[in-house]
Amino acid sequence: MATGTPLERKPLTFAERTYVPQILSGLKTTWQHLVRPKETLEYPEQRPAIPPGYRGVPTLVKDPHGREKCVSCQLCEFVCPPKAIRITPGEIAPDAPTGHVEKAPKEFEIDMLRCIYCGMCQEVCPEEAIFLQNQFSMTGYTREEMVNNKARLYELGGTLPDDHFKWDKKLEAEKHGNAH
Amino acid sequence: MNADSILERGPLLVRDWLVSFLPEPARWLAGSLLAITAVIVAFASLFALLTLIERKVLARVQNRPGPNRVGIPLTKIRLFGLGQPLADGIKMLTKEDIVPRSADRVLHFLAPVALLAFAILTFAVIPFGRHLVPVELEAGVLYFFAAGAATELAVFMAGWASRNKYSLLAAMRALAQLISYELPLLLSVVPVVMLAGTLSTTGIVERQGGWTFGLLPQWHVFTPWGAAGFAIFFVAALAESNRSPFDLPEAESELIAGHLTEYSGFKYALFFMAEYFGMCALCGMGVTLFLGGWQAPLSFLAFIPSYIWFGAKLMTLLLAFMWVRATLPRLRIDQLTRLAWKFLVPLALVNLGVAAFWSLSADWTGAVRLTRWLIAAMLLAGPFVLLGRKLTAGLAPRIYRYAT
Repeated sequence: MATGTPLERKPLTFAERTYVPQILSGLKTTWQHLVRPKETLEYPEQRPAIPPGYRGVPTLVKDPHGREKCVSCQLCEFVCPPKAIRITPGEIAPDAPTGHVEKAPKEFEIDMLRCIYCGMCQEVCPEEAIFLQNQFSMTGYTREEMVNNKARLYELGGTLPDDHFKWDKKLEAEKHGNAH
Repeated sequence: MNADSILERGPLLVRDWLVSFLPEPARWLAGSLLAITAVIVAFASLFALLTLIERKVLARVQNRPGPNRVGIPLTKIRLFGLGQPLADGIKMLTKEDIVPRSADRVLHFLAPVALLAFAILTFAVIPFGRHLVPVELEAGVLYFFAAGAATELAVFMAGWASRNKYSLLAAMRALAQLISYELPLLLSVVPVVMLAGTLSTTGIVERQGGWTFGLLPQWHVFTPWGAAGFAIFFVAALAESNRSPFDLPEAESELIAGHLTEYSGFKYALFFMAEYFGMCALCGMGVTLFLGGWQAPLSFLAFIPSYIWFGAKLMTLLLAFMWVRATLPRLRIDQLTRLAWKFLVPLALVNLGVAAFWSLSADWTGAVRLTRWLIAAMLLAGPFVLLGRKLTAGLAPRIYRYAT
């Protein structure tokens, strides 16, 4: 059964009863907004400041020596919730300058129509090779255009200035017989 | 001040010069046609400008810049979005004109045309300047409201012809609203006619010339009955021109787009245009009746041509309409009609009495003259408060009932 629940309300003052001051105060409020500077960013010309930790488009990065960091362990591929990542692992020629690194991806594709920008790939990557960076707008006219291949991913990612040089240190240690 | 200066007579001289090329029998007709063309061109461009200004004002109230991209075509010059009305016009012209299969095709086409025609008719008697009134009518005020009332017919025509339940419902609402507010609108005008002693719009403006103590213009709005009348007129004009907070006929949350639901393309634009024309005409009438028409506010400012003063007052009133639109939320239909019948109409009738008192006490002098103001103000404030109390009695405190 419905029961009346009177809401606690103060009795209206005389001014409130006439309603006119309320309208005037409303007009005053809108006037204040009218003369206030606008808050809109004019988008294509002005860009918003991206806060640190922003999760934009996932990209692949190189280390400061220009070596591609991904070793195609495929952890990101397995962890990716919408299965947006597809990696084709490839070998590195033993006589190449980076021959001491285990593997490199032959092909690395991220389907941006599937990607949900969750950042799990970045979190799971043992090599710190995949990063969700600042870019927030991905557009294309076809479905194929929306799939980022390896070249595009490196172009978007660029180089991150981290000084781990994990594989160089590993090579050093191997040479000096102190592998572990 | 200088009624015959070249600036005041300028538009007339141009007309006479143009007409003088024609043979004598055609001159009268050509003169009238020129006046019609001038009014339509002026107000069509004002309409284009107003659509932009309205969007800008509403945007600024919401801390947005508003339309600011479209400038001169094919260049990068933006001009604060002044090209927007042009772009809108081209868009409206090139859009498909959809007529529902079961609609009454003739009425469907006729409704926007009729609405626009009636809206334009009302401009005929508004004195835009000292010598600028398209038609000098003895019963100008009567003509204005007769032509204005005809727009209601067109609105219902649109709703009926669309054969759409939302359109019809909205048209009925519009009819209820327009007829309700016609009454306070007319009643608020009656005191002006009564005190001015004429129905001619030019006559009413001329009565408002002159200054009390050389400072306060003798506009009707600066008298107790005029101030109250103007307030009632303003509210009723908002409702008559379907403006927020009385834009119920187009309540998109309930009625899609009201009687405009089945209209698209240029017919829709015509409705829009007619609405703005109606608003301009009502504002122009408000300026004429209460704000002194083309009279200058201060005597030393009288060197500025009268039509500029009229334009400035008209723009101020239109901007006030936009300001109100940006502020107040929409009323419910029962609140709307209640406000008209139970509040504005009695108040307008009381105002009539106050105007009568004002006219009877016109020959009071000295200190008694001040009490005249006091008595008139009290005669208005008392009913205002009492009516307001009566109107809200039993409505508060509100009791909320919840299902259990």
